[in-house]
Amino acid sequence: MAKKQYSFYPGCSSQSGASSSNYLTSTQSMVNLLDVALNEIPDWNCCGASIGYAGGGELPRVALSARNLALSEQHNPGQEVVATCAACWLATREAKERLDHSATLLAETNEALKEAGLVFKNEAPPARHMVEVLIEDIGYETLKSGVKKPLEGIKFAGYVGCQTNRPFGIDGESFENPMYLDRMVESMGGEAITNYDQKVTCCGGALAFSEPEKSQKQIHDIIESAYDHGADMIVTPCPLCQANVEIYQGEVNKRYGKKFNIPVTYYSQLITVAYGGSSKDAALDGQIIRATRLEEIANK
Amino acid sequence: MSIEKYTRSFLKEVEERVEEGHWVKMCMQCGVCAGSCPLGAHWEHTPQKIFMMIRAGKREEVLSSDSMWMCTSCYQCIVRCPRKLPITHIMHGLAYLAKREGLVPKNQPTAQFGQLFWDNLVKTGRVNELKLSLGMYFKDGFSQGIKNAMAMQSVGLGMMKAKRLNPMEIMGGHGIKDKSGFHAMLKKARELEDSRRKLA
Ligand code: SF4
Ligand code: SF4
Ligand code: SF4
Ligand code: SF4
Repeated sequence: MAKKQYSFYPGCSSQSGASSSNYLTSTQSMVNLLDVALNEIPDWNCCGASIGYAGGGELPRVALSARNLALSEQHNPGQEVVATCAACWLATREAKERLDHSATLLAETNEALKEAGLVFKNEAPPARHMVEVLIEDIGYETLKSGVKKPLEGIKFAGYVGCQTNRPFGIDGESFENPMYLDRMVESMGGEAITNYDQKVTCCGGALAFSEPEKSQKQIHDIIESAYDHGADMIVTPCPLCQANVEIYQGEVNKRYGKKFNIPVTYYSQLITVAYGGSSKDAALDGQIIRATRLEEIANK
Repeated sequence: MSIEKYTRSFLKEVEERVEEGHWVKMCMQCGVCAGSCPLGAHWEHTPQKIFMMIRAGKREEVLSSDSMWMCTSCYQCIVRCPRKLPITHIMHGLAYLAKREGLVPKNQPTAQFGQLFWDNLVKTGRVNELKLSLGMYFKDGFSQGIKNAMAMQSVGLGMMKAKRLNPMEIMGGHGIKDKSGFHAMLKKARELEDSRRKLA
């Protein structure tokens, strides 16, 4: 059995055939290489993300996360919930925080859960982001010690975005200039652009879709700064950031007369490749803009 | 719900009917949040100003405003506010109240997208990204939908090639097993919230 066991909340966008399926594939390869087991919460549901407010109000949204937490308590007792999606992590943590603070909300949530035959006991600690597992439970030094193929010569702009960073953030990191992504890149032997000034700029989130003309300015700035700093590729911990920054490059080029074509990868792909995994293990075939430099190392 | 009860105090209404609304009175009008929104140029009223307007009783003006719908949920304001107001959630709550009161500006795209997103997830318990995007493209009718979908065709094809958008999702796609329990749970949650916040 793997050393560390966690209760895993993958989220909708990671499912096969969905926008961040490459994140899930590379995460699975990464945790196998790190001897960590992710036990999927049976029958988990969508967390509602942030945009769920428009249709769902507060209690139904909290109930969504509470259902996942109740299922986790029941099927993966004693295991911490871990999410890979920033929005999933945020929604799940936020729901628990509200339930901790309001007896009314907790009572009503349990009344709603009863309809699904569930009860939320609020036993487990707050949900964690996969990044926390990597840097807190495993640690940079240990991460570094397993590197077989250092990502030498590749310059990464670490795009942290919003929701992995605010409001909870990663312990010990500042909101304005978190360093953990850069340190992860360095642990893998890559070159981190530590003065990348757009690292916590919002990509527009769901509004990239509903208000494209307004949001593409954000995406433009995030990419332009990566180019200005000489980045070979962008790396991010968030599936929505990844999708927004990668897939709209063609649109941004049209709107701003640019020729952007920069790969946007996940930290899980970097670790998988550095640990000796194949292109396929790292789901590099899932990039719309191919990360050729990473593929070269993986195929070496 | 009769609105008369609140005509004299919109602040009181916000405290009772809006998610985290009880925080509004804590705002000290420092203006820090006003400079935090990524789409700031498109906000008719900044969060700071919205809190002032609530206290001034400007119910229609606030609820029928486009502003709250410009919130990207970036949480920049929350981490900066010296009074620790959960500004993001109050914006969401005001937008939701506006929706329930029928005051959202017509064809507000984020309001429409948010509703489509919610309906989509409620149906199967998980979001079906293909149906969600098609729903958004076709919200203004068939011919506009074709135009929108054509405009985004290169994005869609790239996603399909990378196996990150599955055309078969149109047939159903991912979903949870216990749909009936899930639906009963959400129905109950909505009833309880509606009665507590007098939204029905
Ligand atoms: S955040 Fe996005 S992907 Fe994650 S579960 Fe929620 S909706 Fe689905
Ligand atoms: S940058 Fe924007 S989209 Fe990406 S996580 Fe933050 S809010 Fe979400
Ligand atoms: S930052 Fe906080 S206190 Fe200052 S204006 Fe905004 S909400 Fe009010
Ligand atoms: S969370 Fe919303 S209100 Fe707060 S800064 Fe971001 S966009 Fe503005």
